[in-house]
Amino acid sequence: MDAEIKKNLVDPLVDNNPITWQILGICSALAVTTSMNTALLMSLALTTVVALSNFSISLVRDHTPGSIRIIVQMIIIASLVIIVDQFMRAYAFDTAKKLSVFVGLIITNCIVMGRAEAYAMSHGPKLSFFDGLGNGLGYSLVLLIVAFIRELFGAGSLFGVQIFELTKDGGWYQSNGLLLLPPSAFFIIGLLIWVIRTFKPAQVEQPTFRIHEEINPQLV
Amino acid sequence: MLRKLLDSIGPSFHEGGKFERFYILYEAVDTLLYSPPETTPHAPHARDAMDLKRVMGYVWLATFPVILMACWNTGFQANSAMAAMGTGELEGWRGALLGGIGYDPASFFANFLHGLTYFLPIYLTTFIVGGLAEVVFSFVRGHEVNEGFFVTSILYTLTMPPSIPLWMVSLGIIFGVVIGKEVFGGTGKNFLNPALVGRAFLFFAYPAAISGDSVWVAADGYSGATPLAAAAAGGMEQVAAGGYSWFDAFIGFIPGSIGETSTLAILIGGAMLLITRIASWRIVSGVFIGMVATSLLLNLIGSDTNPMFSMPFWWHLVTGGFAFGMIFMATDPVTAAHTNAGRWWFGILIGFMVVMIRVVNPAYPEGMMLAILFANIFAPLIDHFVVQANVRRRLKRQTQRA
Repeated sequence: MDAEIKKNLVDPLVDNNPITWQILGICSALAVTTSMNTALLMSLALTTVVALSNFSISLVRDHTPGSIRIIVQMIIIASLVIIVDQFMRAYAFDTAKKLSVFVGLIITNCIVMGRAEAYAMSHGPKLSFFDGLGNGLGYSLVLLIVAFIRELFGAGSLFGVQIFELTKDGGWYQSNGLLLLPPSAFFIIGLLIWVIRTFKPAQVEQPTFRIHEEINPQLV
Repeated sequence: MLRKLLDSIGPSFHEGGKFERFYILYEAVDTLLYSPPETTPHAPHARDAMDLKRVMGYVWLATFPVILMACWNTGFQANSAMAAMGTGELEGWRGALLGGIGYDPASFFANFLHGLTYFLPIYLTTFIVGGLAEVVFSFVRGHEVNEGFFVTSILYTLTMPPSIPLWMVSLGIIFGVVIGKEVFGGTGKNFLNPALVGRAFLFFAYPAAISGDSVWVAADGYSGATPLAAAAAGGMEQVAAGGYSWFDAFIGFIPGSIGETSTLAILIGGAMLLITRIASWRIVSGVFIGMVATSLLLNLIGSDTNPMFSMPFWWHLVTGGFAFGMIFMATDPVTAAHTNAGRWWFGILIGFMVVMIRVVNPAYPEGMMLAILFANIFAPLIDHFVVQANVRRRLKRQTQRA
């Protein structure tokens, strides 16, 4: 595989992850991660949209006047989102209903817009496609990890299949209600970022201020 | 003798010694027992007997009246409930321990010991599990083990309902210590009260174990609403129908979280903190004034459908966690506002929010925990405005003079 393509695919998984490093797309990550089903469907939808939109936008990039490029990008992205939305309603209606507005909101997802502006407008269609795919997969990875923790410990199940018997059904596991509330996704993503930065110190940001530790003894 | 022992083992903990890695533990024990050996080598020299350890120690001591009353009342409630239900004996280890003493709700010792069998396990769990989390972070970060945890652990314990399972206690205190404090850099750098963060975690994660009617009395199968929950359900008439007078609630003969029931004991501890000037009287007054003003306002507005609107302020004071939060939680020097004017506003915000949550929000009959956490978040903003106002005032004075 081409080194550039490989970099585009692998980089966004951890090193340049759209959620944990660029901190984009947090809104949907909080909203759709209560169960694995919704998270998986959302991941598929977003990955498809961002890969194809990157590809299409890159194709027309030389014919797009700079002054209306955002409008052109929006039209392409919106069309793709509508197609994806129709597909999901056709083949996974129940889960799609749970996703409600969040599929439509992919149009305004910062990851899609960000990749279009930052990459597709200045690279060829093939590279852009893989860049979109990589970013979509990076997003999916985080979504699935968060959904795994939230559904397993919040509801005791995975993909709707009961793993831990709940106390209310006579089992041993007392479900954790906090994990079904959106703030818990914040905690989990925060802890995830903590773990990643522990193993990849290059991602740790410089502190915005520094406390002076040394005092010049001559001044005292 | 202890000093000699500490001195003799001291060098092996200092730099280059055998147990250098365990220095923080040695330091913790040493400075807990004696004043710290380090002195400031250069000017300025500020001398004060009150270092962080003594401050925290005082707060810990101030909770003693509350602890005593808490043990007695927890036992009293449980024994009364058992008498009412006709349960003669307890099973398990509590039954084995208390069998010889009996469960007479009129006997001081029976009540106190029965309560102690609920208070001590929760406190020990909190202390061991939370302390472990604290020590692990101290090792990794290389900072000293801090006495802040003495206070956090006892305050956290006193806000638990007596019947809470111990594994929940551990989860809550770990969350409180790690997310509420250590991720921000440890004692003094947290912006939320760690004890309340831990309690809030349990409140949202396991609402059935920490809210509702059946958790406040430590007797199996007994369900008794707190006066606050009764007031939310049916107004002051229902409180009176439950058999609770104002003095019952003031002295602490009501069901509730372990340490929040006795307003009297809390005020004794509070007086100690206010006299030693560890708790800021501005915050306490602010909370009280905010609560009185808001409840008077709501009394005035009135409501036909919501009986809580007519709850008088002296009932707000004695029910739920108001007094406990006002004295022990709101006055946390780290998470409260740091300017004097800011402390007034910080307190008033808490008083306002607690009444609003209690009265207007139908989901939560109690609002003290959420009100304090809310105000904690606003404390830096309040300070910012106070400081800016001060800068403007001084600038104006400067230009007038020139």
